[in-house]
Amino acid sequence: MSTIKRHPSRRVWTADAIAVNVTSVIVIGLFALICLIPFYLVVIASFTPESSLIRDGYPIVPRAFSLESYALCLKNPTSVLMAYANTIGVTLFGTLMAILLSTMTGYVLSRPEFPWRNKFSFFFFFTTLFNGGLVPWYIICIRYLDMKNSYLGLVLPLMFSVWNMIIAKSFMTGIPAAIAESAKIDGANDFIIFVRLFLPLSKPLIATLGLFSALAYWNDWYNCMIFITDENMFNLQYFLQRMLGSAQAMRLVAEKSGIDLPSVPLEGMKMAMTIIATGPIVLLYPFVQRYFVKGLTIGAVKG
Amino acid sequence: MAVNAGKPRVKPRFSQTLRKHWILLLMLLPAVVYVVIFNYIPMTGIVLAFKNYQYSGGIYGSPWVGIDNFRFLHIGGKLGMVTRNTLLYNLAFIFLGVVFEMGSAILLNEMIFKRFKKLSQTLMFLPYFLSWVVVGAIMYNIFNYERGIANHAIRALGGTPFDLYNSPLSWPPILIFLKLWKSTGYGSVVYLAAISGMDQEMFEAATIDGANAWQKIRHITIPSLVPTMMVLVLLAIGNIFRGDFGLFYQTVKSSALLQPTTDVIDTYVFRLLINNGDYGMSAAAGLYQSVLCFVTINLCNFLVKKVQPDYALY
Repeated sequence: MSTIKRHPSRRVWTADAIAVNVTSVIVIGLFALICLIPFYLVVIASFTPESSLIRDGYPIVPRAFSLESYALCLKNPTSVLMAYANTIGVTLFGTLMAILLSTMTGYVLSRPEFPWRNKFSFFFFFTTLFNGGLVPWYIICIRYLDMKNSYLGLVLPLMFSVWNMIIAKSFMTGIPAAIAESAKIDGANDFIIFVRLFLPLSKPLIATLGLFSALAYWNDWYNCMIFITDENMFNLQYFLQRMLGSAQAMRLVAEKSGIDLPSVPLEGMKMAMTIIATGPIVLLYPFVQRYFVKGLTIGAVKG
Repeated sequence: MAVNAGKPRVKPRFSQTLRKHWILLLMLLPAVVYVVIFNYIPMTGIVLAFKNYQYSGGIYGSPWVGIDNFRFLHIGGKLGMVTRNTLLYNLAFIFLGVVFEMGSAILLNEMIFKRFKKLSQTLMFLPYFLSWVVVGAIMYNIFNYERGIANHAIRALGGTPFDLYNSPLSWPPILIFLKLWKSTGYGSVVYLAAISGMDQEMFEAATIDGANAWQKIRHITIPSLVPTMMVLVLLAIGNIFRGDFGLFYQTVKSSALLQPTTDVIDTYVFRLLINNGDYGMSAAAGLYQSVLCFVTINLCNFLVKKVQPDYALY
């Protein structure tokens, strides 16, 4: 790992240093606040009783505390739990496959003794420059791979990303070649070297790629929207999207016809569902933040 | 395993490479198969743009119709509008993205309060973790007509409530804000990484020569970030005719009223395919988009290569 020389801080509080720091605290602080506030508002709304939401609108400061909305979300838990199970299953399996695929490919393309590495690198990179567009891809998936109402439709589209592969490749290029060479002399083949030596040395890389992939799978609604019509296979984000969508549609009907529709999802429920759908992945970040910055440092700049 | 380390070095032949590196090739196989299936075979599917897709015939068996699909697209009259929207939005995203990401990276780097720095960085990353569906829900929370926070405040102050979903002109600033809001935290990490990789001696030397903090930012930090910026901008330019589908789809909610200011090529292609089931026209619009992107990135890369070969992508 590269070491950054840290000189002992001999900071003198000159006027310009103060000015820069004050600017920094104000601008960054403000921006951080803007990033937090909308999320905060949803959290507050999700804990506010429905009656209060209807009477006084969405709150800016907490007015009352109630778990009513969460209880309602979980009152008929099968569909929520089903969506949760689908998302967790697809995220775990997909992320594992994605990490394996991009690190393995990155390993091969980082081998200096592999004569075709540049040709293959271009073969992968070209797909980021040109593609056939949505329609041919959609037809291949639906008609030839039968991905309609199949978990393959949720897993496969996000399983391989050339960018992740490039990050893996440049990370592994940074691992000293002597490690692979000496293992080869000892008779190990490339797959063994990859699994036993390179993977354990690539923890920051695996954390970064894992987070990227897990985030992509967890937050996916697009593939569910185009491939899945079976309600038992909906994932969390699409479940939430349908809930919000049906609320809006029903609200329009209710406005036009003047009839009060009792089955409209309640306001608080929507907010509680938003939190339920987001929670775990946001909680994951602080734990991998350290690795994340490290992994990005190595990979992203080289493009 | 047969690894002939002691063999004399000669230019390897095809069969030799195949024999010597069969394990590496086997390890490469899954990704190659994946890319062939999901990228290269669909590329051949661009012929659909010149065909009338029929389910029985599939991609390759459907009858040819020449440039009819493109003619219909032209008659439809939306292509110019969605192209303009996509281009303008992306120009704003790229330009303001660079300003915001680089700016916040520089300010974060200058900050000496380490706790505050770490906390604000974590918070700035929060929006990156939200799906566009959730962002849509947040928008609804703030802007919905009856109970949204914005209108609630306006009503409380005695003003007339504002129906965002009925005013096309307020969308461009909102969408640009959302994009920056969601991606600045992530983007700044890349610049921050580049800054921390810079030679600290330069700053020390500048300090000794009497440069103040602003001058160091202006004359050392920013110029050192230009290579990173060039790579990121070139990559973004390669997608300048691709809209961020989630952003436009989940927040605008395919409202026809808002289309003049919010419809981009991707939402248009999607609507033609999924809502209208018009495979031919959608494929034609998709091909138009892919060709535009391909030409743009090659042109830009070529120009960059002429001026400063180090910054070129390939």
